Amino acid sequence: MKHVLGIVVSLGVLVALDIVLPRLLNPYLFQVLVLCGINVILAVSLNLVNGFTGQFSIGHAGFMAIGAYGSAMFSLEIGQRWVTTLGALGVPPVIAQGAALLVALLAGGALAAVAGYLVGLPSLRLRGDYLAIVTLGFGEIIRVVILNVDAIGAARGLPGIPGWVNFFWVGFWVLIVIVVSRRLAASTHGRALFAIRDDEVAAEALGVDTTSYKVLAFVMGAFFAGVAGGLFAHYLSYLNPNSFTFLKSIEVIAMVVLGGMGSISGAVMAAVLLTLAPELLRPVKDYRMVIYSLMLIVLMITRPGGLMGSREIGWPRFLRRAKAEHA
Amino acid sequence: MSEFLQQLVNGVTWGSVYALIALGYTMVYGILRLINFAHGDVYMLGAFFAYFASRALGAATDPNPGKALLVLVISMLAAGAVGIVIERFAYKPVRKSSRLSALITAIGVSLLLENGGILVFGSDPKFFPQIITARNIPLGLGVTISNQQIIILVVSLALMFALRFIVLQTRVGKAMRAVSYNPTAAALMGISVDRIVTFTFMLGSMLAAAAGVLVALQNPKIEPLMGIMPGLKAFVAAVLGGIGNIPGAVLGGLVMGIAEVMVVGYVSPTYRDAIAFVLLIVILLVRPAGILGKATAEKV
Repeated sequence: MKHVLGIVVSLGVLVALDIVLPRLLNPYLFQVLVLCGINVILAVSLNLVNGFTGQFSIGHAGFMAIGAYGSAMFSLEIGQRWVTTLGALGVPPVIAQGAALLVALLAGGALAAVAGYLVGLPSLRLRGDYLAIVTLGFGEIIRVVILNVDAIGAARGLPGIPGWVNFFWVGFWVLIVIVVSRRLAASTHGRALFAIRDDEVAAEALGVDTTSYKVLAFVMGAFFAGVAGGLFAHYLSYLNPNSFTFLKSIEVIAMVVLGGMGSISGAVMAAVLLTLAPELLRPVKDYRMVIYSLMLIVLMITRPGGLMGSREIGWPRFLRRAKAEHA
Repeated sequence: MSEFLQQLVNGVTWGSVYALIALGYTMVYGILRLINFAHGDVYMLGAFFAYFASRALGAATDPNPGKALLVLVISMLAAGAVGIVIERFAYKPVRKSSRLSALITAIGVSLLLENGGILVFGSDPKFFPQIITARNIPLGLGVTISNQQIIILVVSLALMFALRFIVLQTRVGKAMRAVSYNPTAAALMGISVDRIVTFTFMLGSMLAAAAGVLVALQNPKIEPLMGIMPGLKAFVAAVLGGIGNIPGAVLGGLVMGIAEVMVVGYVSPTYRDAIAFVLLIVILLVRPAGILGKATAEKV
């Protein structure tokens, strides 16, 4: 009952924000907000792999690209026809588009999850930096393949993707990824992931099926990265393989490490911070990226454990405090 | 057949450049277990230092081997100094923290060098002066080699032998090997680990700068982002050969260079950037520690 209430309230809040925000913010601020949301999804999903399980993956942009192109192709080939059909049946466009978008995102996410499974497999054999470099290689291979497939636009990019993303859908997936992560962290499965991160040999000795848990982490991380890619595609209406270079993966890793490995709230904060920083630095033009990189170095030197370490902030603490005050 | 041999010559030349860059990665990794992402950008700086040095020396208007050598030495020394500065100010403070924060710092340094380069040098490509007049020398069987390719091969071989000498025959090389084997024990034996690390960075940066100069001789367009892809691929080459292993880096570099040139020649130039990684994944699936790397059992 409590859960249902929570879901209804959060969906209600999202719908309200979806109506209010575009009127309050100018298009530029709104775009920054949406990009923040997408980056939060990316950072929190990578946190499942890097932070929770300790498997060092630097190919997240590859999964994002698969999700982006997968869902975009789905919408272009099938989704748009559904929307016209539903529209003809008298369904309001917002709902028809939302439904088509949801299916497209799930399809993109599923495609990325399959890729995550394929990349997760070599992690059975490889450790540490070797695994990292394989994921990096995988991300680059995806990009080069996209560059060479003419059906999805190759180097020209893929234009004309329906722009169905609004604030509701970004917020919806941000909530989903955070809730799933938190639930996972509190569950037996989450403990198993933490055990693998802290000491793989010990975890295995205690009966944790390390292989399937590592693959699970990769699949989940890839799924949400794919969803983030799909949101990105349906927000900008245009995709270019250059959006998914190695630098994008690096950006997401920087968010996870800066937030504090394994900390969900840290990943969220760092994602917002690292999305806003280049925007806030726009007035200094040429010095923008120089300052950004210096900031990264200084933050890493002064706070090597990340902003949050492995701590969390969240409702439980506030609730506990509130209860204590009542008592 | 002659085309294949020609590709092989080009591949070996290109591979020796990768090998030079890969050596720096592998040495730093062997000692600090750090992937020095900024290494590719030191390679870029090497090319730019040589650009300014050759303009200052007037090497472009009057090409002669002596000046070219001087340009190479100046660029290597300057890059060595940059390597020391980077190590002191960025990497040393994070050496005691987790390897991931060190990695992010390295990425930060890499971004700093790239964007600083754009700021200082401008983002448009510069034309590297012809400090050696190009000439083609026929080798028979329809294969030709340019004198620039010969220079690349000779210089990189000389540098590799110099490195081999330093690592195997000198006291400081012995200290490097000791630190790489076990830093704590090395420190207890009276080796200044800090100085060895600094020295390693200097050496690696000098090799990267040499690679930058050599590449600029052959492809005279230099720009601040030129180091990203070669850096990444040289790192892959180091992993391919077994990271931390010096002969492995050379072997990995050569394999990578030849494979890449062959793909461009026989398959499609657009797949050039993918081959490195396909090769890597295939080799790592067969030999998870690289070609020459030793698989280490994990102690419990």
